Amino acid sequence: MATPALEQKRPLSPHLSVFRPIITMVMSIVHRITGAALYFGTLLLVVWLVAAASGPEAFETVHGLYGSILGRIVLALYTWTLIHHMLGGIRHLIWDFQLAMDPPNASRLAWATIIGSVTLTILIWIAAYIVM
Amino acid sequence: MAKSIRTPGARVRGLGAAGEGTGHFLLQRMTAASNILLILFFIGLVVALAGEDYLTVVAILERPLVAIPFLLAIVSVTLHMRVGMQVIIEDYVHTEGLKILAVIGNNFFAAAIALAAVFSILKISFGG
Repeated sequence: MATPALEQKRPLSPHLSVFRPIITMVMSIVHRITGAALYFGTLLLVVWLVAAASGPEAFETVHGLYGSILGRIVLALYTWTLIHHMLGGIRHLIWDFQLAMDPPNASRLAWATIIGSVTLTILIWIAAYIVM
Repeated sequence: MAKSIRTPGARVRGLGAAGEGTGHFLLQRMTAASNILLILFFIGLVVALAGEDYLTVVAILERPLVAIPFLLAIVSVTLHMRVGMQVIIEDYVHTEGLKILAVIGNNFFAAAIALAAVFSILKISFGG
């Protein structure tokens, strides 16, 4: 449907940019961005799986790519994105039970999400390097 | 308060304007819960496989107790991401035609990801 010219010129009410960022707001935005990133990040998983199903040569190629410095950086970001979205999701599940919805507790949970996701990502990579 | 024009039946069923009720929301939350368990398994698997060669990776992936949770994870994740991306599209794409195209594309993408992953795991499992 075409938007009439008059409607396009209507002033918008103040939006996101006029508010001082607070932790719950930032974590809400990050939750959506990480969700969208993970959506496309599934391609990384599928490429790896299809390569493993295709045979040793395809697998070695993907293995080499993912094991390179750039590959490891992408995978580290992917790990953090996944963990962060998971912790953000757990936060939402807690809220679904109407727990920790008051501002101080909501802020604490939001801080726990970002601190927890960075910590867990580092621990996972330490574990991976120990296993390797 | 104005009298509602909705029939008592429609109100009791609570299906709302889209005729789907809370199905979308429930699928989002249910797969969110299953994702937690399955992604923890997945992370453990990837950490265990880090740096391993082709034969070792395939030998581990083909085990039923690895392949089955992996398949569950694929189903849970692709359902979750399909529902989640639809919410994002509906929030930001306001042109009707473009929105429908984006939602269709979202379904295609999620289905393709799911099928490619499921096929690959099954092929490895069945000794491919």
